[in-house]
Amino acid sequence: MIFTIAGKELKALFASPLAWVVLTFMQVLLAYSFLRRLDDFLQIQPRLIRMASPPGVTELVVAPTFATAAAILLFAVPLLGMRLIAEERRNQTMVFLMSAPVSVTEIVLGKFVGLFAFLMLIIGLVTAMPLALGGGTALDYGLLASVALGLSLLAAAFAAASLYVSSLTAHPLVAAIGAFGVLLAMLLMGETAGDSLRARNWPVPAALIQVFSPLKNFEPLAKGVIDTYAVICLLLLAATLLALTIRELDGRRLKG
Amino acid sequence: MSAEPGAATIEARGLTRKFGAHTAVKGIDLELKRGEVLGFLGPNGAGKTTTMQMLTGNLAPTGGAINICGIDLLEAPVAAKARIGYLPEHPPLYREFTVDEYLLLAAKLHRVPRARCREAVETSKRRCGLANSGAKLLGTLSRGFQQRVGIAQAIVHSPDVVILDEPTVGLDPHQIREIRSLIRELGGKHSVILSTHILPEVEAVCDRVQILHHGSLVYGDTIAALKRSRGGSAVLLGLQRAPSLDTLAAIPGIAQVHAVSPVLFRVDFHPHDDATERLAAQAAKNDWGLFQISPVHTSLEDVFVQLTRHEEVD
Ligand SMILES: Nc1ncnc2c1ncn2[C@@H]1O[C@H](COP(=O)(O)OP(=O)(O)OP(=O)(O)O)[C@@H](O)[C@H]1O
Ligand SMILES: [Mg+2]
Repeated sequence: MIFTIAGKELKALFASPLAWVVLTFMQVLLAYSFLRRLDDFLQIQPRLIRMASPPGVTELVVAPTFATAAAILLFAVPLLGMRLIAEERRNQTMVFLMSAPVSVTEIVLGKFVGLFAFLMLIIGLVTAMPLALGGGTALDYGLLASVALGLSLLAAAFAAASLYVSSLTAHPLVAAIGAFGVLLAMLLMGETAGDSLRARNWPVPAALIQVFSPLKNFEPLAKGVIDTYAVICLLLLAATLLALTIRELDGRRLKG
Repeated sequence: MSAEPGAATIEARGLTRKFGAHTAVKGIDLELKRGEVLGFLGPNGAGKTTTMQMLTGNLAPTGGAINICGIDLLEAPVAAKARIGYLPEHPPLYREFTVDEYLLLAAKLHRVPRARCREAVETSKRRCGLANSGAKLLGTLSRGFQQRVGIAQAIVHSPDVVILDEPTVGLDPHQIREIRSLIRELGGKHSVILSTHILPEVEAVCDRVQILHHGSLVYGDTIAALKRSRGGSAVLLGLQRAPSLDTLAAIPGIAQVHAVSPVLFRVDFHPHDDATERLAAQAAKNDWGLFQISPVHTSLEDVFVQLTRHEEVD
């Protein structure tokens, strides 16, 4: 049932011009930034060769492209996810899913999987660009896998956040702005709150608050370091937001 | 599974729903047997939609219990919902889907086996007059066709219980007739609850009727009994040489006489006292020139208006 609902969400996404605009825009922007960086890399390459252990194309071109992709996802995911529940509420179509013999958990997971599958398509396209270099140069596949994993987990956390905000309102645009606000708040919090807690020598609250700073958790993965705690934090954030969404939809039956 | 006719498909006890301080549904009991069509009547805001939302698991009751084919809806919502098909007041259509895609999705979500999905979609399309509309986008369909799709999605998995909230709204007269005969047909093997404001519709398709007023059931019985319950009946009396109204009203058992024309009178009897015979005898004895005496048919509308007359001043 989760996949039936995910398929429905994917179909709805592809039926809307928004998804195509976002997909095209992301692809153009990322291709441009990738080629631009590649160009820069080729210019400085003669000098790099003289270094003892020079950074490779993966470090200098691929990883930064993924960082750009992460930044774009910050804007794109709220837009792609805004309709998930808000529009169903506005059009009163939620009753179609709620009357079917599926649990609220299945509905929420189905919607999440649908959006995540779309984001994986974007990430797949981003990953395909550096893979195309694989024929001509030595790629650091470990780093590539790590950064792709990081971006996927980040996308999952973003998707869960925009799904949750979408469940709070009946206006898709409000959902998009709200989700963007939430992501931005988490970004800022991760930068400041975590650091200041650590500075005061409070490691436990600092570690807890790290759950809510997805971009900070993305950083080690983007450098090729599979930091288990960062991975867990990203998963935990997504799971928490999904649980909140389920709670919200369940509660709606009580409120009416 | 509980296929025997006469088995209860819906059993609701003490169903209550509050919205803040306002109680929309006040402890109603409801029972529906297999093979029955139940008409749900009530003025606007009586609580019909609220009750149906609770029966389909879309709204949690504040109090009471609901059993669908013996499965507790609140304990095992998924198993219970598999037995229900629901057309809400506002058909829940995804504008960007075609009729076929949408009905296929409905079939899959209602756990119709993959191999039978196509067939189920075709059948429900045929039953709802959508055979040639499979490739149309839901967003571009006319209101009536959207309503048909709404009904089609409610019956695509041939559920034990079909709950239809104002199913014939927006349909043309041909389609209304077809949907009514569809409802009767569904009422054969399944059971149906429908709400409507079209009273003749209830008389045409329902076995039983329940009238809801201010969230309480003010009446619940078979259509036939409902007509009788109004108490007292009336006749239309035609007299060539009529006496004064007072003379007529003086005949025992007669409550009221009302002149429709100089020779036609509407005569209301006291409850449970049919004075037709006495009236005819008097007319013959006094040579009033009796040429017509016919019962005035009591319509459901009379009953409805009588039971729900006291208009709310909320
Ligand atoms: N979500 C809600 N929040 C607050 N009050 C509600 C809500 N839904 C319904 N009500 C109230 O509950 C009462 C019953 O409404 P309901 O929609 O069940 O009436 P109905 O019998 O279906 O009327 P109609 O014939 O107009 O469709 C109304 O007074 C309505 O205002
Ligand atoms: Mg209603």
